[in-house]
Order: sequence, then structure tokens, then C-alpha cells
Amino acid sequence: MTGEADAVEEAFRGEWAGVVATLARRIGDLDVAEEATQDAFLAAAQRWPRDGVPANPGAWLTLTARRRAIDLLRARAAAGRTADAWGTLRRQEAADVAAADRLEAEDADDGAVADDRLRLVFACCHPSLALEARVGLTLRLVAGLTVPEIAHAFLVPEATMAQRLVRAKAKIRAAAIPIAVPPRAALAERTDGVLAVVYLVFNEGYAASGDGAPVREDLCAEAVRLGDLLAALLPQEPEVLGLLALMLLHEARRAARTGRDGRPVTLSEQDRALWDPDGIERGLATLDRALALRRPGPFQIQAAIAALHAEAPSVAGTDWAQIAALYGELGRRAPSPVVEVNRAVAVGMADGPAAGLSVLEGVLVSGRLDGYAPLHAAHADLLERAGEPAAARAAWARAAELTANAPQREGLLRRAGGG
Amino acid sequence: MRYMILIYGDPGAEAPPERPADAFAEWADATRALQDAGALVAGEGLAPVDTATTLRFRGGETLMTDGPFMETKEHLLGFYMVEVPTLDDALAWGARMPNMHWGSVEVRPVFDGDGSAQLVQ
Repeated sequence: MTGEADAVEEAFRGEWAGVVATLARRIGDLDVAEEATQDAFLAAAQRWPRDGVPANPGAWLTLTARRRAIDLLRARAAAGRTADAWGTLRRQEAADVAAADRLEAEDADDGAVADDRLRLVFACCHPSLALEARVGLTLRLVAGLTVPEIAHAFLVPEATMAQRLVRAKAKIRAAAIPIAVPPRAALAERTDGVLAVVYLVFNEGYAASGDGAPVREDLCAEAVRLGDLLAALLPQEPEVLGLLALMLLHEARRAARTGRDGRPVTLSEQDRALWDPDGIERGLATLDRALALRRPGPFQIQAAIAALHAEAPSVAGTDWAQIAALYGELGRRAPSPVVEVNRAVAVGMADGPAAGLSVLEGVLVSGRLDGYAPLHAAHADLLERAGEPAAARAAWARAAELTANAPQREGLLRRAGGG
Repeated sequence: MRYMILIYGDPGAEAPPERPADAFAEWADATRALQDAGALVAGEGLAPVDTATTLRFRGGETLMTDGPFMETKEHLLGFYMVEVPTLDDALAWGARMPNMHWGSVEVRPVFDGDGSAQLVQ
């Protein structure tokens, strides 16, 4: 029994996006594609434990979903469910019947699944959809997470998330957002949009580490899976590879970042033996592939910084000067006070706390990150090492004030208490 | 599928020096390009907003007020109706409108509604 359950799980992971995407391309309807695929997977969960896993699970699922889609389209046409005041009723019925006929007549489909999945990704991440809608839609239609899972992962009520997805799919349909790969000229910009969605998912999972909610932490794994898919579909896009490398390098070091009590462990305290060498290896190899394309970008730079950390035997043995230079490069491409803070930390390690404080001065004076805990924590650390304990304690306290995560706040308060 | 490209702006606003590289310089250029591409269904500029009259029927009477339906900083200045296959095509035209760098362009589908428009591939 377990064997089949695992096989269903694995097929689910691997085949979901392709089945949804191919159906979506053939019938132009994300709702029906989603529902038909969901039903096909349910059927698999019931039949495979009984009949055994088919030789070609993907083909089985695709065929089952296609049959289900035909049924759904015909039923919808018959029920005349798509009523609205502007008299589009008959046109929708006709479209459904036509789609069902086409699906039934076309026997073999030679379309490349890879292309279909890419079309689906670009549709889900279309810039005319709100960012939170893009994230939800991508997780539902590409990653195959259930609506409750997505809702819990982002700490919103299920009904809210369900509505968000309904409206997004409706907009794709009503505004004719194309389920297509953008033309060459728009590809870079639109790919950036997709990467932003994936990165947001990863960050949400990353921020959740240690708050005891497995579904939220699994977002990192989900983001890596999406990154893997994108890297397979767009292997010549260096920023796609850069983001994947960055996520792999972060994930590989995750085990060391949280203590048994949920307390976050700082870099200098981390047990590097807990870092995953295979994960680091994969991350470094992916970064190499990106850099070989000779088109640097922000994700590649961030991955390069993560690589320097991952390759270092210790905090002292880390190439902080190079990290500082990379943050400088990152700041030139995408200026941000947060990047300046990170650069200040690196400079502080490479050239001493006074140098670090000098870099941090600009950010502190601007006041832009007044509510940003890591700024005050970085400030505190530099002040402490520069021999200003009282100012340091005040900065630790400020950082603690701004930190919601309980174990993290406790750690900061401890340092504020002169510990 | 048909889309409205709605041109909004504050005519008194100072135009920033930077405009999109491929923006049309003049409305005549935009109109001609849309015509040449076979995408133009209709397009007009509107008279200034102080020539507008707003009508409502409330509490049993017809109310007529001087001015646009809502006092906003940016007003509706004109429109195009275009016929193109997908939203991306409409957005591409919208992004080239001459008011892009000092106003706003809203792109919204006309209610064709049969939902099969994305069967492009």
C-alpha cells in the first residue's frame, strides 16, 4: 500500500504541472484544467493502490484528465452555468462545446510538455495580476499545492485565498491574458517577474523557519522545486540559474541556522558540520553554469555571496573583502539600504568595526530603515566590537523591540541585557 | 478581442524629462500606427474636463452637475478602442501612448466575454 501511496505522491510532484499546462493550452481554460487534473489525481490515488502503478504514470494522468475535461466542458455547456448580464451565455456554451469536441477529436498530442509548463508559468506570473495573486496561482497550478496548504503557508484564511485564486483565473480569462511564452523582446523582463514570485515564496519559507509551522517552512523546498523547473525550461537564462543557486546554497545550510529550542543561531555559532555538502555542491555547480553565460545579475551576485559563505571553513576564514565588494556591486545594480547594511557588516569583518560603522552611518542617518530590526542588530554588533558597550546595548534593545519572532527577540534581549 | 485604452492625465502637469524610448511623440503618430497595424477600432480626444456635465437620477429627480463625475487630479482625456488578439498586445500599444510619462493609461477589455480569446497557441 505504501509503495503505491509513494508512487502517487511522486507522480503528483512530477506530473501535476505538465498535466494542468497541457490541458490549459488545449482548452484555454485554467479552471477546467485545474479541476480535471485534480480529479485525475484523485482517481489515481484510488485506483493505483488497487491496480498497481501504471508503466507510464504521466500518460495515464494526462488521458484521465483529458476525459474528465471533456465531461466538465460538456456539462458546463449543458447547464448554461456561465450566465451574465451582457448576454455572453450562448457564446460561452459554444466555446465549451467546441473545446470539448476538439479535445475529443485530437487523439495524440505532439505538443512538448516543457513548452506547455513554461506557458503556464508565464500566465500565472503575468504582471497585470497582483503579486499575491501570482504567488497563489503559481503555487496552485504549477506546484500543485492545495488551497488550504497555500492559505496556511501565507497565514490567510482559506476563503480569502480561494477567492484570490478565483478572481485571478477570472481575470486571465476575461482580459485574455495569454497562456504563452512572451516574445523575445519581453522575455527578460517577464522572467524577472517569475523569479520575483519564486523568490517571494522562498523568503516566506525562510522567514518562517523556527516558527514551528512545517507547511510554511516547506515553502523553501517548494521554491527550490519551482526553481529547478524553471532552470530546466530556461537553461540559457543566467538569472534563473542564479536564483536556483542562491536558494540551494541557503537550503544546504538551513539545519545549522536554528537551535533545538527554536532559537536562531548566528553565523559565528553555527555548526558547519550540519551544512549539507551535496546541496552546496549543487548550488556551486549551478552558479558556475550561470556565470558561464556571462550576463551577471542580482541573483547571481547574491548566489556568489552565499557561495563564499558556503565554501568558507569558518567566519574568520571567510573572504569578507570579496563579499563586501559583491554587495557593493549588488548595490550599484539594485540600490537598496538593506544591501548597504549587509555591505557594512562585511566591511566591518574585513576592515574592522570602525570601517563598518562608517558605511552604516549613511543608512542610519537617512532614517529609511528605522523600523528594520537587522539594521539595529548590525549596528549593535559593530558598536560592541568597537568598544562602545552602552550604545551597543541600546541598539540591541531597539532591534529586540522591532522583532516579532519570539526566540529571536529573546536572543536580542539577552544581548541587550549585557550578556 | 477589443480593448479600451483610456488616456488619463492632468493637462497642467509638468512633463518629466524622461519618456519611454518607444513612446509616440504625438497622438497623430499613435493613431496612424494603430491604423497601419489594422488594430484601430475607434479613437478620439475629449474636450477639456470643464466642458463636462455629469448626470444622475437620485431620489426621484434627474441631477445635472457641472464637471466630471468625480473631482480627481487626473482626468479622462481621450480613448482608443483597439482590436488585438491578447492583453499583451493591448498593453504593448498602451505602453507607447504619448501621455505615459506624465499621465496614466488604463487598458480594459470590452465585454466580448466568450472567454476563448486565449486559445491563441
